[in-house]
Amino acid sequence: MTSTRSATLFAFALLAPALIYITVIVAYPLFDTVLLSFTNASLKQTYDFVGWTNYLRIFGAGNFTDVIIRTFVWTFFSVSIKMIIGMCGAVLLNAAIPGQTLFRVLTMPPWIVPMAIGIFMWGWMYNGQFGMISGLLQNFGIVNGPVAWLAYGNTAFWATIITDVWIGVPMVTIYFLAAMQSIPKDLYEAAWTDGAGRAYRFRRITLPLMVPAIITMSLLSLIATFNSFDIIWILTQGGPSGSTTTMIIDTYKTAIGSRKYGEGAARAVVICIFVSIFCLAYFRAVRRLQQGEAK
Amino acid sequence: MSAENANSPVPTGSYPLAAGTAGLAAVSAKQRMKSRTKPAKAMIDRYKWYEVAGLYLGIAVFLFFVLAPFIEGFLVSLKPLSQLFSTPYSFIPKVWSFDAYINMWTSVPMLGMHIFNSFFISSIVTLIVVIIVVPAAYAFARFNFAGAGVLLGLFLAVNMFSGAVLLIPLFRLMRSLGLLNTYFAMIVPGAAFLIPSSIWLLRTYMMRIPRELDEAAWVDGASRIYTLRRVILPLAMPGIVVVAIMTFIGAYAQQFIFALTFNSKTEFMPLPIGLFAFFGKQEVVWNELMAASFVGILPVMVVIVFLQRYLVAGLTAGAVKQ
Repeated sequence: MTSTRSATLFAFALLAPALIYITVIVAYPLFDTVLLSFTNASLKQTYDFVGWTNYLRIFGAGNFTDVIIRTFVWTFFSVSIKMIIGMCGAVLLNAAIPGQTLFRVLTMPPWIVPMAIGIFMWGWMYNGQFGMISGLLQNFGIVNGPVAWLAYGNTAFWATIITDVWIGVPMVTIYFLAAMQSIPKDLYEAAWTDGAGRAYRFRRITLPLMVPAIITMSLLSLIATFNSFDIIWILTQGGPSGSTTTMIIDTYKTAIGSRKYGEGAARAVVICIFVSIFCLAYFRAVRRLQQGEAK
Repeated sequence: MSAENANSPVPTGSYPLAAGTAGLAAVSAKQRMKSRTKPAKAMIDRYKWYEVAGLYLGIAVFLFFVLAPFIEGFLVSLKPLSQLFSTPYSFIPKVWSFDAYINMWTSVPMLGMHIFNSFFISSIVTLIVVIIVVPAAYAFARFNFAGAGVLLGLFLAVNMFSGAVLLIPLFRLMRSLGLLNTYFAMIVPGAAFLIPSSIWLLRTYMMRIPRELDEAAWVDGASRIYTLRRVILPLAMPGIVVVAIMTFIGAYAQQFIFALTFNSKTEFMPLPIGLFAFFGKQEVVWNELMAASFVGILPVMVVIVFLQRYLVAGLTAGAVKQ
């Protein structure tokens, strides 16, 4: 175990399959995306390098900046709502009451079931004429007449956010719950002995000690939400009239729908740049939190 | 495999590590609480009646949000189509009908095949991931070679890029490898995006196996490979099981975009895509779609109930610092 050279060689031999796999399936395509973004590649076999043309075109058209802004607004609301509901869920599931284990199991289905299938069910619930949401709201007299949630830009925007929240909530909840349970019990007991109430204990012990978990989860969730594709594609395909077209949907439409590989690649590169920034923020946050812990 | 376990130099069963991991913190904490509250419920956990009522109400609202689509989907599968397309809306079926569960087999002729495909693709993905991840996780857990930290970071960064961004070059790659419209068009990219988090998960687990065990084997003249196979592998088995389950669920839950883009053959389509074709039709036969969805996901739902302990472990391992 001491001879470092043979140890390093052995380590790389162990890593080789993973390295080769990721290089071929992820690193090379990433590199190829950048390369393609400077070409006019399409369904045709041959293509030429066209310099910055694709980038000039997408940023010149104007609607691309709308797409970027829309993506950020969509992501912001989705992540924030996930965090809030996830925290509420964790608090509720953390309470020492009968049925606790069952409730935790019941939280998981949206995360475990194939995403697409959960989304089909939402697709029906949003149905205007006969769907559950419109139906129940009418039965309770909250809205007059049917509301086809996916048919109008504004409601479709929020409907896709809510479905995205639904898919993300189980993971956030279970993660927060685990973080909550790793807080030493004696802290609560000490506070309780001093007469601190439940709300006070939550505010002064739970929340501060959960900050690392909240930051980590927010950033992870931000990245996942930013890349969210299935929900919007199944529910609206980016419509009506582009009101739910996020960057991922926009790229898919350009590249796969219209077969403009070069321009699609340029759009994908812009996504990669944003994701890289989030990624760096995540790694920095994790490192800083670890350093803070070491002190 | 089990025979090897029996011969392993360390008695797996009696070793405390075999039972717990970082991520099992949630479970062990729960067990700890249980044992403490058994004789007399700790005062701090005692709630007033209105607090209990509030908690249950909160949980009811929370679980309604989480489960509403499933409840509604299930009830829809039991409604005849004529009732489905009638107003006013009623949550509970007026007439109960199981026709959808019979008719769906003719409406989606390859339903059985789609369910099989989903399982098959997820199983092969899991197999590939486990084979690749075990040695890699061991390398990261035990060897402090130059660049290990950076390499691990790069692996994790892979997780952050969704397959959707890489679709164009992946499509070209699959085409030149001749994999388009085969199972491998879905398996190969699917596995790639599950490898990084699995490495992270298993590495965390393996780091908790005491180094002294490797060193003892080394002193006794065991080769590195022998040490990995006979010392580490048996001890890491519970961690590998968690990784395998997480990978399977990941592969199963995320079957969409690669299958949508890289395969157009109906006989290879996994369940979500098979049903998506059905969903995209002009007039969706909703009760049958829901019935088919439920039949398709039922096996996994049953499995969840048995494996939920591992799921919590897998979800939180390596993420929560102790």
